[in-house]
Amino acid sequence: MIALLMRDLRLAMRAGGGFGLGLAFFLIVVTLVPFGVGPETGLLARIAPGILWLGALLACLLSLDRILALDWEDGSLDLLATSPLPLEGIVTMKALAHWITTGLPLVIASPLFAVLMSLPGAGYAPLVLSLLLGTPALSVIGTFGAALTVGIKRGGLLLSLLVLPLYVPTLIFGAEMARRGAEGADTTTPMLMLAGISAGVIALLPFASAAVLRVNLR
Amino acid sequence: MNLNALWEYANPLKFMRTTERALPYFWVAAVVCLVVGLVWGFFFTPDDFRQGSTVKIFYLHVPSAMMAINIWVMMLITSLVWIVRRHHVSALAARAAAPIGAVMTVIALATGAIWGQPMWGTWWAWDPRLTSFLILFLFYLGYIALWEAIENDDTAADLTAVLCLVGSVFALLSRYAVNFWNQGLHQGASLSLDKKENVADVFWFPALVSIAGFVLLFIALVILRTNTEIRARRMRALLARERLG
Amino acid sequence: MELEVSELSVARGGIPVLEGLNFRLAAGHALILRGPNGIGKTTVLRTIAGLQPPLAGRISLDRETMTYAAHADGLKATLTVEENLSFWAAVFGTGGIDAALDGFALRDLRARPAGALSAGQKRRLGLARLLVTGRPVWVLDEPTVSLDVEAVAMFVRAVRAHLAGGGMALMATHIDLGLDEAAVLDVGPFRARAAQEDHFDEVFL
Repeated sequence: MIALLMRDLRLAMRAGGGFGLGLAFFLIVVTLVPFGVGPETGLLARIAPGILWLGALLACLLSLDRILALDWEDGSLDLLATSPLPLEGIVTMKALAHWITTGLPLVIASPLFAVLMSLPGAGYAPLVLSLLLGTPALSVIGTFGAALTVGIKRGGLLLSLLVLPLYVPTLIFGAEMARRGAEGADTTTPMLMLAGISAGVIALLPFASAAVLRVNLR
Repeated sequence: MNLNALWEYANPLKFMRTTERALPYFWVAAVVCLVVGLVWGFFFTPDDFRQGSTVKIFYLHVPSAMMAINIWVMMLITSLVWIVRRHHVSALAARAAAPIGAVMTVIALATGAIWGQPMWGTWWAWDPRLTSFLILFLFYLGYIALWEAIENDDTAADLTAVLCLVGSVFALLSRYAVNFWNQGLHQGASLSLDKKENVADVFWFPALVSIAGFVLLFIALVILRTNTEIRARRMRALLARERLG
Repeated sequence: MELEVSELSVARGGIPVLEGLNFRLAAGHALILRGPNGIGKTTVLRTIAGLQPPLAGRISLDRETMTYAAHADGLKATLTVEENLSFWAAVFGTGGIDAALDGFALRDLRARPAGALSAGQKRRLGLARLLVTGRPVWVLDEPTVSLDVEAVAMFVRAVRAHLAGGGMALMATHIDLGLDEAAVLDVGPFRARAAQEDHFDEVFL
């Protein structure tokens, strides 16, 4: 399974692997927002946690259809399914690879983007922590969506339609935690809820992803 | 009653024969209940002392909102039956119910907006219940879109069933998340079977009739649509067999 | 070890295509499935490899004993030949890739990205994967597509070596491989017949 993870990471790093695309997309979103709402610092500071969370979520969404579709097209998925690896493990590794190549860079870069959005000083640590806790859930839920739509040609739009409603709880608790942090309020409750969602999703959703993948392969 | 006998109706032909015989009765009952409930509610109940006659949209709003949720629950149950017992009728019933549920959600949202305008002074507010219904509508859309996108019927049935299961969990999570995110304007539950003191009897009886009307209407529509799906499914199977020669 | 398939029925897209298929394949033997296009050879092979459930019937060996190769080779264009093979060796938990590189004359190409290979070379790499899986039963769907005469000979040598080591090979192919010891099974007679009377029953047809 480690071999699968290493292969996916290596593929992402090689030409055309799409590593960094999410980050660039995140930067563009953060750049465009002030053009849309005006450059007033107070307003930007107030909406910063929400915009940063939304940007991270959309950046994640952007690369979801690559998680399984490429392996489906070239037949690797058939071969992986007949290999000794359990499908549950395969989808977990796929989600982990997606998180390392998309989610983790967003978490690391988020303080820089927060500067652009004039986030108040108290908000940095909660923002980074909320993204660190929340982005794994985004990757795992996204992998479920990718597994559902893997057999559909041009399933990208459908994938978004299926995955975005599933992102609602994660977004609410993540953005709430970042917002409370920026206002200097107590972040414990949303943090625990966010961590709970991530843990639950990581523990349970791979079984659903593997089940739908098995259906799609037959 | 022998519960096992119920599974006989999982046979498409048996299901169609039985339900089509019952269908006219459901139509008549639905129309009677709806007409009685709505006319009674609209014209023969007193105006609310605070809300005036706007309160009467309640006879559309509450039943449609209840149906929007209950139809999803029904889809969840039929999806589970499909996963566990592989009865095609069950999967097709879930497929048939989804657009009805989506329309009920839209009716609940629209009547809510029309009611909310004079009451709260706004067509839309990010009230937790309104927001939850909007999210529920998105779940319906995704579910319907997934059915439409997949060519193989059994594959589509399996995938949508899993989506319905996972979606139910996330819909519940969203409900709590939304409550946490914004405490709203909505009045508490105004209608429940055990706490009828919430609303006066004069409002309550026509509301019950109109809820019964919505349920019967749903049953009639879902029977009609399920039978259509069964026939469409059979036609696709016949065409596929013809192609194979 | 013996692969025994009894009364196997398979469906494609919900429609039965082949039914009542029976055969045995003992260790050290090969079986070639023949039949016109669209008869369901691919479906049978996918079913035996465990990618889809059979409609009916029994397959005596577990999917864990099999390795499957089809039209798509599962190669990553940006990884080198060596990286592609090493990945599969790691997934199947087997050792070196040297035998595979030699068996399909890929040693000189080992540092080349798979995307830069010709169609025939890609196919050779796809087949070389079989050698690193270490599984006894090879389930092959049109293994010789886009191979030249020399490469087909390479493939036949690899199959013979595999059989000599107690392995089995089950393949669908149209061309004459020169693998004379292999048994041939024409699946044409097993085509599923339409149900005689029309029960509109649990399955739709």
